[in-house]
Amino acid sequence: MGKNAISDETIEYVGILSKLELSDEEKEQAKKDMESMLDYIDQLGELDTDGVEPMSHIFQTGNVWREDVVTNTDEHGRTLANAPQEKDDMFVVPKTFE
Amino acid sequence: MNILTLSATELSAAIRRGDVSVRQALDAVLQRIDEREQELHCYITILPREELYAEADRLQQAIDAGELSGPLAGVPAAIKDNLCTEGIRTTCASKILYNYVPTFSSTAALRLREAGVLVIGKTNMDEFAMGSTTETSAFGVTKNPRDPSRVPGGSSGGSAAAVAAGECFLALGSDTGGSIRQPASYCGVVGIKPTYGTVSRYGLVAYGSSLDQIGPLAHTVRDAATVLEAISAHDPKDATSIAREDTDFTQALTADVKGLRIGIPRDYFGEGLDPEVADAVRAAAKVLEAQGATVEEFDLSLVKYAIPTYYTIADAEASSNLERFDGVKYGYRAPEAEGLHQMYKRTRSEGFGPEVKRRIMLGSFVLSSGYYDAYYLKALRVKALIKKAFDEAFARYDLILGPVAPTTAPELGSSLSDPIKMYLGDIYTISVNLAGLPGISIPVGTDSKGLPIGMQLIADCFQEKKMIRAAYTYEQAAGMER
Amino acid sequence: MREYELVIGLEVHVELATKTKIFCGCSTAFGAKPNAHTCPVCTGMPGSLPVLNKQVLEYAIAVGLATNCDITRYSKFDRKNYFYPDNPQNYQISQLYLPICRNGYVEIPGEDGETKRVGIHEIHMEEDAGKLVHDEWEDASLVDYNRSGVPLIEIVSEPDMRSAKEVIAYLEKLRLLIQYLGASDCKLQEGSMRADVNLSVREKGAQTFGTRTEMKNLNSFRAIEHAIQGESERQIDLLAQGGKVVQETRRWDDDRMESYAMRSKEDAQDYRYFPDPDLPPLTVPQEMIDRIRAAQPEFREERRERYRREYGIPDYDIEILTDNRKLADLFEETTKLCGEPKKVSNWLMGETQRLLKEKGMDPEDLVFSPQHLAALIGLTESRQINSSVAKEVFEVMFAEDVDPERYVEEKGLKTVQDDGALAQAVEAAIAANPQSVADYKAGKVKALGFLTGQVMKATKGKADPAAINAMLREALQ
Repeated sequence: MGKNAISDETIEYVGILSKLELSDEEKEQAKKDMESMLDYIDQLGELDTDGVEPMSHIFQTGNVWREDVVTNTDEHGRTLANAPQEKDDMFVVPKTFE
Repeated sequence: MNILTLSATELSAAIRRGDVSVRQALDAVLQRIDEREQELHCYITILPREELYAEADRLQQAIDAGELSGPLAGVPAAIKDNLCTEGIRTTCASKILYNYVPTFSSTAALRLREAGVLVIGKTNMDEFAMGSTTETSAFGVTKNPRDPSRVPGGSSGGSAAAVAAGECFLALGSDTGGSIRQPASYCGVVGIKPTYGTVSRYGLVAYGSSLDQIGPLAHTVRDAATVLEAISAHDPKDATSIAREDTDFTQALTADVKGLRIGIPRDYFGEGLDPEVADAVRAAAKVLEAQGATVEEFDLSLVKYAIPTYYTIADAEASSNLERFDGVKYGYRAPEAEGLHQMYKRTRSEGFGPEVKRRIMLGSFVLSSGYYDAYYLKALRVKALIKKAFDEAFARYDLILGPVAPTTAPELGSSLSDPIKMYLGDIYTISVNLAGLPGISIPVGTDSKGLPIGMQLIADCFQEKKMIRAAYTYEQAAGMER
Repeated sequence: MREYELVIGLEVHVELATKTKIFCGCSTAFGAKPNAHTCPVCTGMPGSLPVLNKQVLEYAIAVGLATNCDITRYSKFDRKNYFYPDNPQNYQISQLYLPICRNGYVEIPGEDGETKRVGIHEIHMEEDAGKLVHDEWEDASLVDYNRSGVPLIEIVSEPDMRSAKEVIAYLEKLRLLIQYLGASDCKLQEGSMRADVNLSVREKGAQTFGTRTEMKNLNSFRAIEHAIQGESERQIDLLAQGGKVVQETRRWDDDRMESYAMRSKEDAQDYRYFPDPDLPPLTVPQEMIDRIRAAQPEFREERRERYRREYGIPDYDIEILTDNRKLADLFEETTKLCGEPKKVSNWLMGETQRLLKEKGMDPEDLVFSPQHLAALIGLTESRQINSSVAKEVFEVMFAEDVDPERYVEEKGLKTVQDDGALAQAVEAAIAANPQSVADYKAGKVKALGFLTGQVMKATKGKADPAAINAMLREALQ
C-alpha cells in the first residue's frame, strides 16, 4: 500500500481537466495507476533540490523570432479539409451560447 | 544479386551505377511485404502500388538525368506515422486521428524525400508514441521479425521491424524516452537519437515536446549517419531547432577510436539487467578497448531518478499537447453527443486508448493547482541535476557506454499489465532525452534465444560524430556490418 | 449605515497593430472571409509549431517603457490550458511566470484633483482566440480562426482604483499612450481594447481587501461604468445582508444591466500553466530596449505643451486634437502644409467631429490626407469656393479622401467670379422681389438675407455670399 490515496473526487476532477469520461471500472483502474505512479514519483523527494533552478528548456538557444511579414495566403480549403463538420467555411461545433 | 542483403547506401550506389533499377529495389521490398507484412504488421499505411511505381519511375529518371545523385537516391524508405506527410494519412496509431490527412509535411519527411528516397508508407507505433512495445497502437500490434512471438519494441516498433524485415531499407522514427534506440535494439538494427534541436520537430505530432527528437533506423551505422545527415538542418519553423555547422555526420565514418575515453556507468549494470545482455555489452566494450579506446567504469549518479522525472515531465507536456484532439478540427468526433462538453469527453474517451488516457490524466494532475510545485517543478529541478551529472561525466569521458534495454524483446502481451515495470525498461535510454544528449543503439549480438542485443553509446550534446565514429569502429571490428 | 469603498483593478487586453499573427505568418487584417487567414499553426494542426513575431515583443516593450515598467530581461511563454472551441490547441500561449514587463505605473487625475498613480502589476504577451458565431438554423456554433493567434498584450493593473471615474481615466491614459506608440488602434467597440474589471468592496478604512469578482464582456466605457455600479451595489447589498462575496468570473449584460456568474461544473478554472516547451526563453538584449526607448514618440503631455507654444490655438482645441494621435498628426501635418493652424483646427474640431459622431466612427478610422485638407483650406481662403461648398466637398473627402481641387473642378463648384454675371443676378433678384426691396429700405435688414439667398439660388450656390451682400447693399443705396 502506497502513500498516495487518490479519491473519487480527484479522479472526477482530473477527468474534468482532461475532458475524459471514465466508466466506474476505468475510474478504479485509474485511481490505482495514479496512486502507484505518484508513489513512484515521490522518490524524487529523496533529492535535495533547494536552490536548483527548474530546467524547462535544455538549451538557451538564443532569441528565436521571425520578422512581421505576411507569408501565408488564403488556404481555408486546406484548413477545413479535415473538419468533421463544416458550414460556410467554418467549423461546426455543438452550440456554445446559452 | 540479392537486393535485400544490401544496406541502404550500398543499394543507392548500385542504383546510381545502373546495376539495379529503382523499380527492382521497389519490387524486392514489395515482394517481402507480400511475404511478411500480414504477419508482422509493420505499416499502418502502405501507398498504393501504382503510386509507388510512378514515384519509382520519377526517381529513376531524375537519377538517370543526374539530378539526383545523393547517397540515398532511389532507396525504399518508411516514415513513422507520427510524422506528418502531406496527402498521406497520418494517424499516430490512434483512433482519434484515424482519418487525418495532413495538409503539410514534416520538415524531416520533406528533407528525406529531397534526398531521393522512395517512401513506401507509414509505420506502426505505440499510440502517440506512448509505449515501449508497439502494442498500444489502435491499428493492432507489430511483431518482431526476429521472433514473431515477441514485441518489436517501441514506440518506433513499426519502423524498426520494417527495416529488420526488409520491408524497407531505412526508416524515420521519433525518440522521446528511447523510442528509436530500444526498438532498434530489439529488432537488431541501428538507431540514432540526435542532440535535441538537431532535426526539426516541425510536423512531428508532439508527445513530450522538450524531449522529442526524430532520428533514423537503418541496417548499418553508415546508413543511419547518412540519413541523419540528410534530415538535420536548422528550420525556422521550429523555434527549438538549432543552427549547427557540424551535421556532416558521414565524415565521422572512420574506424578509429584511439585515445577515445569511454565510461561505463556501474549503475547501468545493476539489478534488473539480463546477464546475457550484460555480457554482450561488456564484450562489445572490450572490442572498442582493443581498438585503442580507454574504457573504465564510473558512477553516474541519479540513474534511478530519471524514470520518475521523465514520466512527470513527458506526461505533463503530453496532457497539454493532446488537448487539441477534441473532435472540432480533424479526426474522430463522437456521434450524437449532447452539447459541447459531452462531445469533447466522448470524443476523447472513445478516441484515445488506455495508455494515452493514463498519461494524460497523470500529466493533468501533476500540473494542477496545488501539485505543480511538488511534482512538475520538482521534476524540472531533478532534470537540471541529471543534466549536471552528465556534464560532469562528459568532462571525463568522450562517450558513455551501456545497454539499451535491460532485456531482449519480451513476449507479446507480457508488458502492458504493469505500467511501472514497463516504464523501468526505459531506464538506460530515458535520461538521454532529459539531458538533450545524442545516443545510438547498435546490435552487438544475440542472446541464447537468438534475440538481438543492443549497445548504447551516449555522447555529449553536439558530439554525435564521436558516437558515430565509435559505433562504426565497433561495427567494422566485430564484423557486424551487413 | 456602513460606508463602503470600491477597490478596482483592471486587466486590459490590447490587440497589437502587427501585420501578422503572434506565432505564424498569417495576416491580421480584418474583413477576410471565414478562415481565410489561417494556417496549420493558428488552427492547431498536429505537428505545427509556433515561432514568435519579433514585432510583438517590440510593441510589448514599448508599452512597458511608456508605463514605467521594468523590462524582464529573461522572459518565457507559458501555456494556459482550457478547452473551448475558439482556442484551437485548447491551450493559449501566454505568460504567467516571467511576463515581459513588470512593476510599472501610469498617472491619472484622481478624484481629489491631485495626480494619482495607478500601478501596473505586469504586461504580458499572448494570443487571441478565434470567433464563434451562432448558427440559428442548426442550433450549433461555427468557428472562424481568422482572429486566432492575433497578438495581444494584457496589461494588469494593481487594485489601485476606487471609482468608475478613475477606471475610465486609467483606460483613457492607456489608450492614449498606446495609440501614440502606434502599438494598437485601441478601439473598445471593435474589441481591439478590452477590459476585464476585478472589483471588491470593503468598509472604508479597512486595511485588507474584500473578496473580488472578475467581470468580462465590457466593450464600451458606458458598459464599464454600468458594470462597476451594478456589481458594487450587488456586493454591498450582499455584505449588508450578512452574505459573502464569492470569488468568481461574472459576465456583464449591459442590456439587462446585471451580471451573472459564468461558472459551470465543466470548467475547473485550473489552467495548469507551465512553460511552453516549443518556445525557447527570451533574453531581451539591452540594445533592443535602448533602441525602443530612443524611438518613443512625443506623448500627449509634450504635444499639448508644444501646441500651446507653437500654434496659439485655444486650450480647448488642443485638448481635443491631442486626444488622439491620428487627429494630432493630421493637425500638425496639415498646418505644416497650409500654415493656418486655427483654420485646420476648425475643420478637425467642427465638421470632422460632427461626421465622426454621426457615423459612429473613431478618429482612428479617418481616411482623408493632410494634403487634401490643406488644399480644401486653400480653396476657401482664396475664395474659390464658399463655405457651404467647402462643407459639401469635405463630406466627400471624409468618406473617400478625394482631391478637393479636382473634385471642385469636375463638379463645377467654383464660386462665380464673373462680376457681370453676378451683377445681372443681383439686378434680377431686385426686380423680382419688390416687397423685399421695400422692406429693406424700410429698415428690415433681414430682407437683405432673403435677397442674398435668391441670388445664391440663381448662381446654384457657387457665388461668394459676402460679395453678393456687398453688391446688394450698393444697388439698394
